Amino acid sequence: MAVEERDEHTGYLTTGHEWNGIKELNRPVPTVIWLFLTTAFLAALACWILLPAWPLGNTYTHGLLRADQRQRVTEEIAEAASKRSAAAAQIESMTFDDIRSDPDLMRNVIETGRTLFGDNCAACHGSTGHGGPGFPNLADNAWLWGGDADAVAETIRIGINSDHPETRTSQMLPFGHDGLLDREAILNVIAYVRSLSNPASAKDNAEAVSAGAKVFASSCAACHGKDGGGNTAMGAPNLTDKFWIYGGDEESIFTTLTYGRKGHMPQWESRLTPVQRKILALYVVSLSNGKEK
Amino acid sequence: MSIFGAHYNLERHSIGLAVAVVAVASIGGLFEIAPLFTIDETVESAPNMRVYTPLELAGRNIYIREGCYACHSQMIRTLRDDVERYGHYSLAVESQYDHPMLWGSKRTGPDLARVGGKYSDQWHVAHLDNPRHVVPKSIMPSYTWLLRNEQKTDDLGDQLRALQRLGVPYTDDMIAHAAEDASAQANPNSEDVSGVSDRYGKDTNIRAFDNDPHKLTEMDALVAYLQILGKLTDAAEKDPNSAGAGHD
Repeated sequence: MAVEERDEHTGYLTTGHEWNGIKELNRPVPTVIWLFLTTAFLAALACWILLPAWPLGNTYTHGLLRADQRQRVTEEIAEAASKRSAAAAQIESMTFDDIRSDPDLMRNVIETGRTLFGDNCAACHGSTGHGGPGFPNLADNAWLWGGDADAVAETIRIGINSDHPETRTSQMLPFGHDGLLDREAILNVIAYVRSLSNPASAKDNAEAVSAGAKVFASSCAACHGKDGGGNTAMGAPNLTDKFWIYGGDEESIFTTLTYGRKGHMPQWESRLTPVQRKILALYVVSLSNGKEK
Repeated sequence: MSIFGAHYNLERHSIGLAVAVVAVASIGGLFEIAPLFTIDETVESAPNMRVYTPLELAGRNIYIREGCYACHSQMIRTLRDDVERYGHYSLAVESQYDHPMLWGSKRTGPDLARVGGKYSDQWHVAHLDNPRHVVPKSIMPSYTWLLRNEQKTDDLGDQLRALQRLGVPYTDDMIAHAAEDASAQANPNSEDVSGVSDRYGKDTNIRAFDNDPHKLTEMDALVAYLQILGKLTDAAEKDPNSAGAGHD
């Protein structure tokens, strides 16, 4: 314990430490600090009374404000929903055509739809709906299951090869892997399928194309149609257009024919409300400029 | 000013001061953390919550190994923006079997607490292999080795046992069959598939997550884990506050 030492100029005690001849005065805490401390303690007391504070065994004091973040977010969401409820009720009760003929409502649908699409669909189909390898382009006019708003809404609801009990199901068989077609037949049918969308390609290998046409008639036409026009009831793509999901070059088609394809779209019935799905259907159809097919 | 006198004396005794600092600092913990263990509404009840299958647990370990939690949270906060984008806010009970929990506090990428079932397996595989394949502007790194690396299964039984000791309700039957259950969950043609659904429930996802049933890869495990996130219990759907949650 240092010896008490009083500074002769100010009359205060020193702290008893000395650094290179410099000593520190032991002054009282400044009034302004007392003021801040007192204010902080009073604020804490007010919080004890107003907010959830003291634990009491298996419960706690809820405070006079009964603040509850969970309740608050629920109320905020309900409030936001009630602001939208007029438009939502209209969208729910009106047919797709009626909604489209109401420009104000349709503007609302497109704006809401863009957000919903960004949160839920853009990961696979791209933020502009242009898709990618294995994920269909929604901005073109090629549709696997129909491109009118009703068909799109149903696809969104139940998904494709999803875990929904009513899911749309579709599969391209692994013709090569399962030995349904041999290599020569596959190469011929590739030549034929490519000639459907690009007749000029048939000139160089007319023999393979005509052989492929026979294979096509017996193995492929049941789903893709006699003329390769596809079948939206089965999700069989149109092979006569220039739109390809897995690629239209020889190598990609060879992979498709050998190993098959089975695309998967999740169902959205358990994640999105009917109004949201309706908005999304209208938005998705609008991506291809509303030209239904 | 006797309290200052006491302080004056205390700060001249280094051990006494250290003990007093620890005592004062722990008051915060005592009042903020300790009561959560006794207050009933801290953790909701979810009697039918299922546990992670061995394959999902292996995927969870990969999630930790690759540091996914550094950029992705698994905690939907009680904020309108969060709930409208990701779904019902996270409940404490939903991570009751997570040791350690992976809530995270940093979001460079989106929250993943309810990502299960939102996208297809095919999308997850393409995205993990190279995120730019499906999201052109993504800054997420590629995890190309997941498709190449074979998933080890021999230590899964021990991991289940460790979690069992921490209170996760794994049965001895589950522990004994951990390795074969992990392989079977990613191979729908396997003979052991019925064992997986018997032990973990008929809603268990059993499929070739990486599209190759013949090889069990780390990709199988990680995608199986991602596809179950938010689906272990339906407690959030039954929550009294969930009416009105979600968009309209």
